[in-house]
Amino acid sequence: MKKLLLAASAAALLAGSWLAPAHAEYLKEHRGGTIRLLARSAAGTLDPHINYTDQGWQMYQPIYDGLVAFRKAEGVDGFSIVPDLAEALPTVSNDGKTFTFKLRKGIKFSNGQDLGVKDVVASFQRIFKISGPTSGTFYAGIVGADKCLADTKSCTLEGGVVADEAAGTITLNLTKPDAEILYKLALPHAVILPADTPPEDMGSKPIPSTGPYMISAFDPNKGMTVSRNPNFKQWSEEAQPDGYPDVVQYDFGLSEEAAVTAIQNGEADWMFDALPSDRLGELGSKSMDQLHISPLSAWWYAPLNTRMAPFDNEKARQAVAYAVDRNTLVKLFGGKVLASPVCQVLPPDFPGHEDYCPFTKNPGAKWSAPDVGKAKQLVEESGTKGQKVTIIVEDTAISRSIGVYLQSVLTNIGYVADVKPISSNLQFTYIQNTNNKVQMSVTQWYKDYPAASDFLNILFSCASYREGSDASINISGFCDKDIDAQMQKALDLGVTDQKAADKLWAAIDKQVTDKAPAVGLFTPKRLDFVSKRIGNFKFNPQFNWIITQSWVQ
Amino acid sequence: MSSQVAAMPRKTRGPWAVAFAKLATDRAAMASLAVFLIIVLACFSAPLYAKWAGTDPFASTLDAVIQIDGADVPVMEQSTEGLGLGYTPIGPTWRLGNYFLGADSQGRDVMARLLYGGLNSLLISGAATIFTLIVGTMAGLIAGYFGGITDTVLSRLLDVLWAFPIYLLAISLSIVTIAQGIAIGPIEIQSGSLWLPIIIIGIVYIPYVARPIRGQVLALRHSEFVFAAINLGVPGWRILWRDILPNITTTLIVFVPLMMALNMLTESALSFLSIGVQPPAASWGTIIQDGQALLYTRPLVALVPGLAIAISVMALNVFGDGLRDALDPRSKVRLGRD
Repeated sequence: MKKLLLAASAAALLAGSWLAPAHAEYLKEHRGGTIRLLARSAAGTLDPHINYTDQGWQMYQPIYDGLVAFRKAEGVDGFSIVPDLAEALPTVSNDGKTFTFKLRKGIKFSNGQDLGVKDVVASFQRIFKISGPTSGTFYAGIVGADKCLADTKSCTLEGGVVADEAAGTITLNLTKPDAEILYKLALPHAVILPADTPPEDMGSKPIPSTGPYMISAFDPNKGMTVSRNPNFKQWSEEAQPDGYPDVVQYDFGLSEEAAVTAIQNGEADWMFDALPSDRLGELGSKSMDQLHISPLSAWWYAPLNTRMAPFDNEKARQAVAYAVDRNTLVKLFGGKVLASPVCQVLPPDFPGHEDYCPFTKNPGAKWSAPDVGKAKQLVEESGTKGQKVTIIVEDTAISRSIGVYLQSVLTNIGYVADVKPISSNLQFTYIQNTNNKVQMSVTQWYKDYPAASDFLNILFSCASYREGSDASINISGFCDKDIDAQMQKALDLGVTDQKAADKLWAAIDKQVTDKAPAVGLFTPKRLDFVSKRIGNFKFNPQFNWIITQSWVQ
Repeated sequence: MSSQVAAMPRKTRGPWAVAFAKLATDRAAMASLAVFLIIVLACFSAPLYAKWAGTDPFASTLDAVIQIDGADVPVMEQSTEGLGLGYTPIGPTWRLGNYFLGADSQGRDVMARLLYGGLNSLLISGAATIFTLIVGTMAGLIAGYFGGITDTVLSRLLDVLWAFPIYLLAISLSIVTIAQGIAIGPIEIQSGSLWLPIIIIGIVYIPYVARPIRGQVLALRHSEFVFAAINLGVPGWRILWRDILPNITTTLIVFVPLMMALNMLTESALSFLSIGVQPPAASWGTIIQDGQALLYTRPLVALVPGLAIAISVMALNVFGDGLRDALDPRSKVRLGRD
């Protein structure tokens, strides 16, 4: 609670400094033009309450708004929460279980409708009515959510989201305090849509929005046109600043190679997909000024199934962690500029992160070199030598090459290993389902919001393990009652003392790492390649490049 | 003189000798056969080549350093200009036994993988051809000879199989079996086994063999020598084995190179899509897939196996055409002494 009040006052102070004239002046100078973006394919449904992709979330930033938002800023500032459709950060009462927001006045949707408290209530109900992908996790703590999850169609969230039309306030009641609720409310799954938005996946049909832009055309096979919202008037530069380009044209279907060439030739301004590995050398030397390297809060890792031989044996798991040469993996990903070796779960510069690496030649804070001798000794001690291990990887060049490398490592330390590449569309759900008896896999986790629990609690808590389900995100099947209790304690502590909670998360990170339910491989970085005409490139740590804060003229 | 010559009994050659002689005069077919045999020989020498070159074509060797003209050269070269992004595998050295065709993105010797890949491609396409011919011939013989309900059931089954686009069926079967393998009663095929692509490719081409064989057997079933055998009380299986099968042998022989070429293409396509031969094992399809990510910097990694597939398939098709002409008694190919 204390944390929330402090955040509110800090936000108010920062808001003042943000109202510097720079943005307004730049707007006069650079406003207009079309930014042309490329991606191999569309990001799926247009519905912001359903879409759960990086690509979609990035594009929604200048289009939709929630009661609160991540600040549209670079660096650590970009992780802070600021009021968006709400006038200010909420007042917190009832021991951190009640949040009261006052809605801004005079905001209109792109279709001309006024924004009102009824839209807020309807939007929260809609999260459950459409069985949103995070309705059972992020928003399950709202009073009445249990009934909504049991019977989605007749969801009212009675007592959970209460509107006061006259006062223009919305009161959010939780079943218990949640230190991360504001982060969750700032995600696209909690944006406010018109109350009459049908309670179904809108697919390719754009939904009216409140931000400076709106989706004016969409064809999942061709592209998307985002143009200015005629009803937008800037209310908060830090939450939803007006953008520079008049139009953002997002075209789909071009391969990565072709996209690079298009950007080089000035026919496009940016590509969503990762740059092809065989173009990195050329771009890194000839187009340095068009490249932007930014840190990501992400983790490439190899989950080991703690409920199946040979990795039901802790020593066998630790053996793999000792044997993997992270430098080789970094090489496969494009080199040290694009990735850093890791041993632990929490990414660098993330809340709760304290450098820790027990599985290296000289155990300590950082990984230095593999210890294959120790790995072989652990395999012997575990009595698992000679057992068969299958590694399931995605059918992409990088994932396949990591799988092939790990197969070499496992063979070297005494296992009989093979690799199975599976279509990228299927692999993530395949490795989660216990029926598929996956022993080892290669996957990635990108933060939803900046909290240690988003990695540790989600990936390694007992509750995240669901037998026979495609949504068992605890892929390792790791369940340690003691660690689970500590995670719960850290979540509760975060409500009153985030610093102490982060200390506890750091200790939990070390304990989970020691048990090796997964082998940390590396932390990737984001490499953005933009055309020469793109100016004012800004990278937000939560949603990546802030597209409409760049100009093209 | 002329009357004496006419009086001498003329020694005629048997049909096989005639066919072989016809084939021997077909230069294109013989050249294709020679090319194919060279490819087969090279591929079967893969283990010897890898041993001689001292390379493991299945292990990642990203840190390997080789010697070229006395100088140490890393197999994976890091870009040293600008931001120093990315690693590029070494290109062709054109030195046999020392990364002749360069390295792939795992630092493995492409030449050694090409030979191993060819070995797997040949083994799979060859074994799948045998599987298809055996099952297809049995289905064609039984359907054509016994007719009635047997023919109806078998023909409809073949129609169902025929109705699916070949690649769609092969991809579907591969995806279903790729991760878990096949376990039917006591028969168990592990997921990484080469038997999986062999059986899948073998199954999808059964109608290609069974339908023409059935047609031929239907015609032979109504021929006089078969009626005679039936009337003499010869059992059906014996008629099939001794009278009908020898009459369709030439068709089956012509099928061999043509089916093998088709199977090789299918295997490469499946492996390219990651649902055929599984890494780290190689086939020409998987090497093309590996090379796809290197098209810009090391195009040979994808081009050479592609060329190997094209040459092998062309050689098999040209040889198959020659074989068909040679075995066809109505063929216009004339031999000097006949």
